[in-house]
Amino acid sequence: MEQLAFTALSVLTLACALGVVLSKNAVNGAMCLLLCLAGIAGLFVQLHAYLLAFVLILVYAGAVVALFLFIIMLLDMQGGQPWRPRVASLVAGVVAAALLITGLDLLAVRGRIADAAPVGHSVGSSLKLYAYQLFTTYLLPVQVMGFLLLVAMLGVVVLSRRMAEPEDPR
Amino acid sequence: MTPHLEAYLMLSAALFAVGFLGVLIRRNTLVIYMCLELMLVAATLALVAFSRFNGTEDGDVFVFFILTVAAAEVAVGLAIIVALFRARQTVQVDELNSLKH
Repeated sequence: MEQLAFTALSVLTLACALGVVLSKNAVNGAMCLLLCLAGIAGLFVQLHAYLLAFVLILVYAGAVVALFLFIIMLLDMQGGQPWRPRVASLVAGVVAAALLITGLDLLAVRGRIADAAPVGHSVGSSLKLYAYQLFTTYLLPVQVMGFLLLVAMLGVVVLSRRMAEPEDPR
Repeated sequence: MTPHLEAYLMLSAALFAVGFLGVLIRRNTLVIYMCLELMLVAATLALVAFSRFNGTEDGDVFVFFILTVAAAEVAVGLAIIVALFRARQTVQVDELNSLKH
């Protein structure tokens, strides 16, 4: 049963990822990305990381994909020329992706991690453990992340303000 | 029966490779950006799988940080793309070649 769910979710995720790469229309690509993220959230649930699945849907599907759709609408790229891959870049891309998959799978097989079993207790499901980790071991990274978010917010404000002016007064 | 760790890792590698392929063959900056997001999510899947199979929560906590950085990165990156579009009227990487000439 669990194996069946895993197979279905991975097929959905991979198909939607290919849809992002191959779709002619950027809006269709964004929708495929949304479905792909839903599949990943399902896999997170299967891995007992319930909170992360929730956060993934909230942050990615709720904020990131919506932002992408807004920008696609804003830039209005529907009337552009249709996408046609160059042969050289297509060959290079496929070869590079195949090499990447082969290397990572060899690593997974050589590392003899195929017989690892999931541990009995599911740590990922406990909110208390997350909070404990975030406020003890990872306190400094949390503060750095807060600062990073502040910097990103200020950066976006500065970027969009400067471009709103028609000409530099100097 | 539950799927093996290896299955999760292979799925993660395949997702990463698909995103990588998209970055290499697409010409639209926005689509390239979406493929970058795909690669980030593939890495988080591997982290969560390792965390589950090792019985530690460090991988899960790292995924929190990755999500935060990804959100900030998307905001800044899209602002840069919009600024680029306003300056050059295009988002195709073929036409963004000021540094080449």
